[in-house]
Amino acid sequence: MADPILRLSQLSKRFGQFEAVKGIDLAIQEGEFFTIVGPSGSGKTTLIRMLAGLEEPSDGEILLRGERINETPANRRPTCMVFQSLALFPHRSVGQNIEFPLKMRGVPPVERMNRALDLLRLLRLPEDYYKKQVSQCSGGERQRIALARALAFDPEILFFDEPLSAIDYRLRKTLEKELKDLHRETGKTFVYITHSLEEAMVMSDRIGIMRLGELVQVGAPDEIYSRPANRFVSEFMGEVNVLEVKPNGAGLHCPVLGSTLQGPDGKADFESGYLVIRPEYLRFIAPGETAENTVTGVLYNEYALGSRIQYQVRVGEQVFLVEKLREQRYGGKLDDEVTIGWEARDSVLATE
Amino acid sequence: MTATTEIRATETDKPRHRRERRLHVSPGLLTALPVLIFLALAFAAPLLAVFGYSFMPEGTFDFTFPPTLENYLAVFSGSYYISFAKSLGLALVTVVLLMVICWPIAYGMAKLFGRWANLMTLAIIIPLFVSENIRLFGWVLFLIKGGVFLGGLKAWLGFDGESILYDVPAIVLGLVYVYLPFTLFPMVLGISMVSREVTEAAFDMGASRWQVFREVELPLATPGILIGGLLTFILSLGSLAESKILGGQAVIMIADEIETAFTFGQNWPLGSALSVILILFSGTLVLTLLSWVDLDRILGRGGND
Repeated sequence: MADPILRLSQLSKRFGQFEAVKGIDLAIQEGEFFTIVGPSGSGKTTLIRMLAGLEEPSDGEILLRGERINETPANRRPTCMVFQSLALFPHRSVGQNIEFPLKMRGVPPVERMNRALDLLRLLRLPEDYYKKQVSQCSGGERQRIALARALAFDPEILFFDEPLSAIDYRLRKTLEKELKDLHRETGKTFVYITHSLEEAMVMSDRIGIMRLGELVQVGAPDEIYSRPANRFVSEFMGEVNVLEVKPNGAGLHCPVLGSTLQGPDGKADFESGYLVIRPEYLRFIAPGETAENTVTGVLYNEYALGSRIQYQVRVGEQVFLVEKLREQRYGGKLDDEVTIGWEARDSVLATE
Repeated sequence: MTATTEIRATETDKPRHRRERRLHVSPGLLTALPVLIFLALAFAAPLLAVFGYSFMPEGTFDFTFPPTLENYLAVFSGSYYISFAKSLGLALVTVVLLMVICWPIAYGMAKLFGRWANLMTLAIIIPLFVSENIRLFGWVLFLIKGGVFLGGLKAWLGFDGESILYDVPAIVLGLVYVYLPFTLFPMVLGISMVSREVTEAAFDMGASRWQVFREVELPLATPGILIGGLLTFILSLGSLAESKILGGQAVIMIADEIETAFTFGQNWPLGSALSVILILFSGTLVLTLLSWVDLDRILGRGGND
């Protein structure tokens, strides 16, 4: 693999007694769309602020193409950040906003204007927006203006600090795809911060999951989806079935079900933890059918999730979620006694 | 036409119409009425009286005479323009000095001091509970030859200096001291309207500290700065105590002239004419500046180009 464009080694940030980022090691490749996902308080914003140069690391190193940039202030780094609030200048027109980074670098007015018009075209905004006030633009348009402005001086890396979090669901879905298209079109390195793994899945080449200042797992979206490193990651992925288990020779003993289950192969050193099964891997077992693991309970409720239906099945104290495509919905009714099951290879073992 | 429509509406749909009218006219006007009456009595009436007196013959004390322009002629043919120019000059110097002094304080209070900003606000406000004249006399005691400052210097260091009291520097000091809160607090508000992300974004996009100030912070804080500056300018323009107490009549300000006309001169019409000119001048200035700088546009709110 080529040398990474950005390498972090043992990067830490302390605020007084509180350690927001704890010794992170990470290499981001040129042209990659890398997303850091974590709940609020996980230190992801502090991390990206250090990368952008708005916060100075307490320890460790940030290397840009092998050169240490810890002490380089934000205005001298070849990177640009798109802020959560977008931070457009309300007192400037769209054109002046986009030209700002160029003006700061002393680019002559005509050249600035041509560049701004090119960017408007790239972001599919009408050219007459050049003279428009930012306050007259819609949420989606502002998003594009902020992107155009960030791209104006041709930075090597673009940072994004949750720019889509304040936007309503439908527009967000559109903008996620537009952002990924823009990544293809420009070929630049994108480093993106979000608290939504779903958003990260749509866009990223690789995802890093952060918790309490540490990276818990780094990998391609598929990898994180199918092989979560621990319970935190698996639950962060969305609704999953988590069973506390302990190996007992014959398989995995599950105290809450009072039975022994079959887990996936490998992980010989697994001592205790959780068996994680995604709702779509569970199925209803008709009489005469079998599965490697089965449990019997009561169908308590069902929820329509657009293309899929989710069922809540209660087995004693334990609640299971089963998801089926709308076309494969369960034929029975609520309060039916149902048997659900899954194959051992579809489950994942996770530590705390 | 309108009247007929209204009558028809009243006939056909009487109860609903009534209720609508009530909802439309009453609450706003009714609740504003006490304030309106108060403003009319306490604000508009004295202004009208001053305006009326300015057209009465010299030295008269009622409104029964035919109006005349002789007071205005007297103002313009006399040497009042000198006091007026001095007042203007001192007010300008005060505003400029306060802008420079207040920016760092206001910036700190809005962005840096955190909890300590409240303490500073208190420290600046509490002296306002003491009468302005008393505070100015305090400065006299501090600045006078042999007073707290010079006396102290002499006793401890043997340094014998001249007092700045009873001259222009002392007046400017007094003006700056008295009107500091009027510049500072609107400025704090103005600066706190500049979001941290916007300044950081400017910095991140390559702006130097100075460019961030010039391109982002200053324009976005302009409404607050402008309002503070106008307040200070107009208050200093009409100020009296500073030049009297600290200036010792070394400089005759326009407010001095007005006071003299009303009291010593027993010439209310002349004092009124001077007041009207001062009011018109400040009023025009305020309105021009406020319309010249479109606050909505600075704040990025609404409005078409």
